[in-house]
Amino acid sequence: MMAGLAQSPWLNRKLVSGAGILAAILLFGLFGRFFWDTDLVFIGSAPVNLPPLGFENMRGQLSAAGHPLGTQSDGRDMLALMIVGAPNTLLIGAIASVIGITIGTVLGFSAGFIGGWVDAVIRVISDVMITIPPLLVLIVFQTSLGEIGIFTMGLLLSTFMWQSPTRLIRAQVLAMREQGYVRMARLSGASTRDIMFRELMPNLLPYLFGSFIAIATTAIVTAVGLEVLGLGPQRVPTLGRVIYESIESAALLKNMWWWWGIPTLMLATIFIGLLLINLGLDQVSNPRLRKV
Amino acid sequence: MTAPASAQAPAIPVLSVTDLQVFYASRAGDIKACDGVTFDLRRGEILGLVGESGSGKSTATSGIMKAIAPPGRIAGGRILLDGEDITDFGEAEMRRRRWRKLALIPQSAMNSLNPTMTIAAQIADVITEHEGRQEAAALNHRILDLFQRVGLPSRINAMYPHELSGGMKQRVCIAMSIALNPAVVIADEATSALDVVMQRVVAQTILKIKDELGVSFIMIGHDMGLMAQVVDRVAVMYSGQLVEIADVAKIFAQPAHPYSAQLIAAVPSLTERRPMVISAGVTHDPHNPPSGCIFRLRCPHAGAICAEARPALTQISPGQSVACHLWQQDESKAYVRAPV
Amino acid sequence: MRPSRWSAIPWAYLGSRLGTCVLTILIAATLVWLIPRLSPIDPAEAMLGRMAASAGFVEDADATLAVLRAQYGLDQPLVTQYLLYLGSLARFDFGISVASFPTPVSQLIAAALPWTLGLMLVSIILSFVIGNAAGAFLAWDKTPRAAKLALSSGMIFTSVPPILSGLLLMWLFATQLDWLPLSGSYGVDVTPGLNWEFIFSVVKHGMLPTLSIVIVSFGFWALGMRGLVTTVQSEDYVRLANVKGLGPRYILYRYMVRNAILPQVTAFALKIGLLVSGQILVESIFSYNGMGKLLYDAILDKDFAVIQGASYIVILMTAVSVLIVDLIYPLIDPRIRPARGAP
Repeated sequence: MMAGLAQSPWLNRKLVSGAGILAAILLFGLFGRFFWDTDLVFIGSAPVNLPPLGFENMRGQLSAAGHPLGTQSDGRDMLALMIVGAPNTLLIGAIASVIGITIGTVLGFSAGFIGGWVDAVIRVISDVMITIPPLLVLIVFQTSLGEIGIFTMGLLLSTFMWQSPTRLIRAQVLAMREQGYVRMARLSGASTRDIMFRELMPNLLPYLFGSFIAIATTAIVTAVGLEVLGLGPQRVPTLGRVIYESIESAALLKNMWWWWGIPTLMLATIFIGLLLINLGLDQVSNPRLRKV
Repeated sequence: MTAPASAQAPAIPVLSVTDLQVFYASRAGDIKACDGVTFDLRRGEILGLVGESGSGKSTATSGIMKAIAPPGRIAGGRILLDGEDITDFGEAEMRRRRWRKLALIPQSAMNSLNPTMTIAAQIADVITEHEGRQEAAALNHRILDLFQRVGLPSRINAMYPHELSGGMKQRVCIAMSIALNPAVVIADEATSALDVVMQRVVAQTILKIKDELGVSFIMIGHDMGLMAQVVDRVAVMYSGQLVEIADVAKIFAQPAHPYSAQLIAAVPSLTERRPMVISAGVTHDPHNPPSGCIFRLRCPHAGAICAEARPALTQISPGQSVACHLWQQDESKAYVRAPV
Repeated sequence: MRPSRWSAIPWAYLGSRLGTCVLTILIAATLVWLIPRLSPIDPAEAMLGRMAASAGFVEDADATLAVLRAQYGLDQPLVTQYLLYLGSLARFDFGISVASFPTPVSQLIAAALPWTLGLMLVSIILSFVIGNAAGAFLAWDKTPRAAKLALSSGMIFTSVPPILSGLLLMWLFATQLDWLPLSGSYGVDVTPGLNWEFIFSVVKHGMLPTLSIVIVSFGFWALGMRGLVTTVQSEDYVRLANVKGLGPRYILYRYMVRNAILPQVTAFALKIGLLVSGQILVESIFSYNGMGKLLYDAILDKDFAVIQGASYIVILMTAVSVLIVDLIYPLIDPRIRPARGAP
């Protein structure tokens, strides 16, 4: 069984390294707070504008031992911001994609399996919403609502995340519905719920995984976009918000590269991790892409 | 380019294959998909190549066309096409001869036509590729001429493959194959995907082309009944080896190889339809072929010598050669069949 | 008898695509109108608050409130407000900008829109073309290995949002190396018009935004195309094309890419919304004089009329782009066109 596992297409290099990267960031965030004082996230907790270890800022100041990644212009410690901000960013993405994929699966199934006017309505709504750029509607949303929390943000994002899983699941269900084994199940009197979970779901799993990662990526991208514009959670640090503050304080001109650079690097790492997982899942579903 | 099939004197064969070997690499060793196949194709003849699935018929012809992709490779043998030794030709040299000398009617016409090109465009591009730019009107006329030859209406030239029926697509493939008047056309299971009526039409079209243009055909198939009506000679393959090659009348009257006998026994009679009869016996693992004769595990007449030596393809009478230990020379040097 | 040209046009398909487009615009307009009304904040009072903040004091607050309400139609029943709103949209009348009072919003949008469209045309099309070409070459068995390796490594930045690549490029080329300008869509020292200095300045200012988008987007198309061309390469019609002795590059283009690109065009239509979002953000950080900067400034100024008007126009632009792609699709995929009476 172990030999089979080692040869399993699920354990290819890309998938494993991508998952490893995300796990590392998650652990960094979750356990970092045991090793580093996260109160340093608050304004005025440290000297301002300090560069990271080994560098010098525009005023010629050197870094301080207590702040290895430097500080911002209002005295917040970068390392603390990363430890608190990274999990928040991942959390928003997770909330949005979990809700999105759940809605998407339910709607996609209903559309594909029940058909008729249910299918028509779901299809029209999802087609229409796919065209609408999520950023803009969310801009309108957030400027009207004011301050929002992480969970609300995730919830708002999820309203634009269910459309592509719905399309995907619907297409797969339509294809599978006519297959022999499903017809057999129906003829032998299995309930819709049984068919859904015992016959169709196992075959849908690779697609569900792939879709989940894809919308998690989109959710985080959109969330970061909103945060960089100044929208999004303001009371809690998120990676995008840190970048927004750096732009607002003209960090580029002041050559405080660590302020926007470190969260950018962290985000880039998250996206590369997600991409690798996506590529790894691709190899699972398309055998021709596997190396012989 | 080709002479009509009227000459009786032995002329240079248009295709000569000697000891062709095509192997596929796999983790457990090479699979000998084609192992030492030797035959000639005479000008203006139709040679039927029969055998069950996995016998190596398509692999042999792919090897002749130098269209073997990794993990397959041509491991040995010689191929002479229209007097030229093409065995060691690189892709560039081979490309110049493709379609002009050697064409293919593919197995699944359904999927062999480019979905985003009109029928006329797909025939025109091969003409333009090998003969250079053509004048539009002349090219059009030539294509319509090809349609007429295979019995297609001229209006399909502006149509797309998805708008045609299966039989029409097959005939388009036939028309395309003779576009450059090649010396040899390989018809790979050209009728297998069609209904009986269309099979007859296609078979008759092939015969007509042979008569009118003098094109030589290799017809691959597994329907012996259809073969009997169309081909001049039959070559029987089993598991990558050629076991018998004979004139069609001779092989049906007296099949020399036990496998040929089985195939012919499966030919439907006039009054009933029967599925192909595969007798008792073991079909071997391609990685692990039996020693000696490749057919001995399924042969009802196998003897001791069959496990020791591989039988060579021997001519037992004019117009019939077989690779089988059952056929031995008697005192008068004639070949007779005797138990081993 | 040749089939007529009119019958080759897929009327039903076009009709449904047009209908979806109109419906999309309607729903988007409704959302943009409805969402602010869900908030507990009364816009008239908020406006009064802003006036008070800038003036220090507002005389006769109740009367002013009533006037404001009447002017913005806030005292009418909701349905009437909605219908009036739809009417004004049809006239492209979005009201007056609060921050740039008394400039009409439509004027601000008209000035910004061409820049966004121009950037979109260049960067989105460049990413699509370069990306798909890269993907095709990655899958083609005749591409040299070194080229494949180089292309693969370029794709590592896919799915990084273009704002981040924009920041990085901005830092590298604008602040550190000083090769390219930091912001704006053209230099302050050139006069707009059809002269070489202006055009050159526009190109120079457009390079970083375009590059930010292309670097991170082309990988998406490349990956998709690679999978599609890999599949197409093993199709029977490609095999036959090889046996026909056709030139390898001709086969790559006419038999492989030409068939593999079809799902990519569909994917493109689905992705336009996201691509536009990304571009808006890039524009905002580069202060490029397009819709992005307009929206960014409006968010900062809490200029609601501009936010609503600009959001609506961007959504409109996206819906129309999707419609255009949908209209092009039957031209490249003959299977979508209605069958013309074959036997």
